[in-house]
Amino acid sequence: MAIPRFWREIRQRYKGIGVECKNCGEIYFPPRDICPECRRESYKKMEDYELKGTGEVVTYTKVHEPHPEFKDLSPYVMAIIEMDEGVRLTGHLVDVDYEQVERGMKVEASMRKLGEESPEGLIYYGYKFWPLDTHGKD
Amino acid sequence: MKAKNEVGIKGYAGYVPKYRVTPEEIGDVWGKDGKTMGKGLRVESKSVPSPDEDVVTISTQAAKWAMRRADIKGEDLEAIYVGSESHPYAVKPTATIVAASLAASPHMTAADYEFACKAGTAAFQTCMGLVSSGMIENGMAIGADTSQGAPGDALEYTAAAGGAAYVIGSDDLLAKIEETISYTTDTPDFWRREGEKYPQHGGRFTGKPAYFKHIMNCTEKMLERTGKEPEDYDYAVFHQPNGKFPVKAAKKLGFSKEQLEPGLLVTHIGNTYSGAVPLGLAATLDQAEPGDNILVTSYGSGAGSDSFDIMVTDNIEKMKDSEVPTVEEVISNKEFISYSVYAKFRKKIEGGR
Amino acid sequence: MRDVVIIGIGETEFGELWDRSLREIGIEAGLKAIQDAGVRGEDVEKMYIGNMSAGKLIDQEHVAPLIADYAGLSHIPSTRIESGGASGGMALSEAYKTVASGMNDIVVVGGAEKMTDVAEEEAKKILSSTADQEWETVFGATFDSLYAMMARYHMDEYGTTREQLAEVAVKNHSNASKNPSAQFPRETSKDFVMGAPPVSDPLGMFDCAPLSDGGAALVLCPAERADEFEGEPIEIVSMGEGGDTMAVHEREDIGTLKATKRAAKMAYERAGITSQDIDFAEVHDNFTITEIMAIEDLGFFEKGEGGPATEEGKTRLNDEISVNTSGGLKAKGRPVGAVGISQAIEAVQQLREDAGDRQVEDPEYGLTHNMGGTGSSAVVHIFRRWS
Repeated sequence: MAIPRFWREIRQRYKGIGVECKNCGEIYFPPRDICPECRRESYKKMEDYELKGTGEVVTYTKVHEPHPEFKDLSPYVMAIIEMDEGVRLTGHLVDVDYEQVERGMKVEASMRKLGEESPEGLIYYGYKFWPLDTHGKD
Repeated sequence: MKAKNEVGIKGYAGYVPKYRVTPEEIGDVWGKDGKTMGKGLRVESKSVPSPDEDVVTISTQAAKWAMRRADIKGEDLEAIYVGSESHPYAVKPTATIVAASLAASPHMTAADYEFACKAGTAAFQTCMGLVSSGMIENGMAIGADTSQGAPGDALEYTAAAGGAAYVIGSDDLLAKIEETISYTTDTPDFWRREGEKYPQHGGRFTGKPAYFKHIMNCTEKMLERTGKEPEDYDYAVFHQPNGKFPVKAAKKLGFSKEQLEPGLLVTHIGNTYSGAVPLGLAATLDQAEPGDNILVTSYGSGAGSDSFDIMVTDNIEKMKDSEVPTVEEVISNKEFISYSVYAKFRKKIEGGR
Repeated sequence: MRDVVIIGIGETEFGELWDRSLREIGIEAGLKAIQDAGVRGEDVEKMYIGNMSAGKLIDQEHVAPLIADYAGLSHIPSTRIESGGASGGMALSEAYKTVASGMNDIVVVGGAEKMTDVAEEEAKKILSSTADQEWETVFGATFDSLYAMMARYHMDEYGTTREQLAEVAVKNHSNASKNPSAQFPRETSKDFVMGAPPVSDPLGMFDCAPLSDGGAALVLCPAERADEFEGEPIEIVSMGEGGDTMAVHEREDIGTLKATKRAAKMAYERAGITSQDIDFAEVHDNFTITEIMAIEDLGFFEKGEGGPATEEGKTRLNDEISVNTSGGLKAKGRPVGAVGISQAIEAVQQLREDAGDRQVEDPEYGLTHNMGGTGSSAVVHIFRRWS
């Protein structure tokens, strides 16, 4: 990934900054300039909204044939997460026993290395998820 | 060095990666009796970071939790210092990435520190200075490492990963830092040249003229300054490259094993370098009661020690119901791995893809 | 709008064509189609080429004029159409529209992909770039894993089983065993499919279509001129296109292919028929789960009934509806940009009753379903014999 392309999305990848439509209250992640529901009414009314970082698993898989840059982690678990705010996103589940993963499992975001340009190049960081029951108090 | 105005800890947290490898497992690969070596070093296992963990991710997680405990937002932080000897970049600060991940930037200052195993406590002192001088309200001091020992080297049995973060401020303190003092010399006991992957060390030279000399001198000076006796402290935390050194140093200084116990994590997680003293202090604070007095002395090769005299306040009680896991809880979430998986995780397998 | 017919078909072998380049593949398919139609090169007015990623796979953009040029037709306007895995089907749509509108009469539409000039893992990565690079693959999602998550969701939501997924591969291999132009013309068993090395749970190696080199081409003309040429004309009755979110996670029902539903609805309405009128269908079985979702979302079976229907044999040759008689992407092969065209070739062969051992009995309507990415684009065509 080119440097500017990564850099542009640092706020989203590190902090889960999405937007809230101040017209209808809907939360979007990744951010949108226009609310698909309110369209013109929402223009210039989309404000930053930081996701709390907790959510639950909607669906999941264990990847055995990763792209070359993810081989150190293989096999690893990917999931679609529904965040508490209702938005969904795709993320890596870390520090987890695959047998324990199921729909509805509570997870929390934690920043990890997503990859790197090359051994000499830029390191990409961003959100991954871990099970809340082994990594948090609740 | 006495603070001009009141300064101390508003929030803290430690983070240690989940994976563990035992000295026995390492020894098996190199034809050594790892089990016996582990016993000698008093290290039962060491933590290993997952391939997607580094000083940035460890620092970020610990800092996020510390902020939750301090009940402050990113924008409340005016300084972040990250101490480590394994910053992911040689040039490009860890602290800027951590600051962005906490939404602390841009109106703040940030920098990385390196002072072998005491870079974390160096960050403490900087934040203390900025807070007590009134230049900033809140600063973040982090010590974290993903240290590496060359394959088969003695360091490999202990070099581990972990870190802790502290919100340093002047109000709502959980613990006041009454005093800090340092002892610094030019002692070549351990180093890593630019561009080298693994550090070099002076073997047994790392003991008496290095670790013990600095820890002892610094701590003795602190006792002299405060006019306290070892038994006046409820707890003591010393740098812990292995399980033997801090116990020996404590004994020589007149501290008991019980005083060390809560902060002696090396047995379970190995030497977390810049993370070691900050993590040990965090584990101690997890158990502390109001009015407890803690003495802390770090050690960094090269060499130097920083001592701190810390007084726990009534606010510590609030931490008991915190949503943030204690160091003990973090450490208890573990998974043992083989040397081969460890070698893969730490990129010790050449040409691995 | 004019009625449009296919008068010529041609395709190359599908597989690892080490000694052939993209331009050679494209030319062979095109020339075969022109010969089958009995048109002359100079009659051709326009060319479309479906191609997913020549830029990344062979470092060559602008491949449509390249192929036209090497076919000796450098004077013909030619355009590449890209819509991920649906590139071929979308190219056919464009060709159909230009003939139907009266803009052009004789049009060649082809699809070609050269996937083996890069290492297999590189080709898979390129395929994954048809998913959302910034919000899916950067986090570690592979193309396989996104479909695996759809499969898991479908299993959790609708009770689809691992065995039912395997049955898709078993059936398609069985059909391919009767297709001389299939890349893998051999039977397989449920145990073999389920015992294959894992790719992305619950999908194993035999739940995934291969990466193939290959090309396919068609010649289209207005029905009113079909008599002028040799090839037996097959009518493109209708076409429908649909879209859905780029990222799988944005979909309310991860087990439903909305673009496919939309495309099918449009195609049925335009043809004035329903899903029940379809006798055979070539569906986009890039993974076994995709066929199960597709036969539901195309309306052949109720939602959640795709798995049981497959298990009960309802999609086998000459059962309730014959699905993927060619062997599908799974066993006929997957030269990505050529897939939509290759599917249409199967439809033509079936309707011409040229399909040999895999012939559907007395077919009236055939359907092809071609999908891009994880289903964010889809195109459906309906065919019947011209009379």
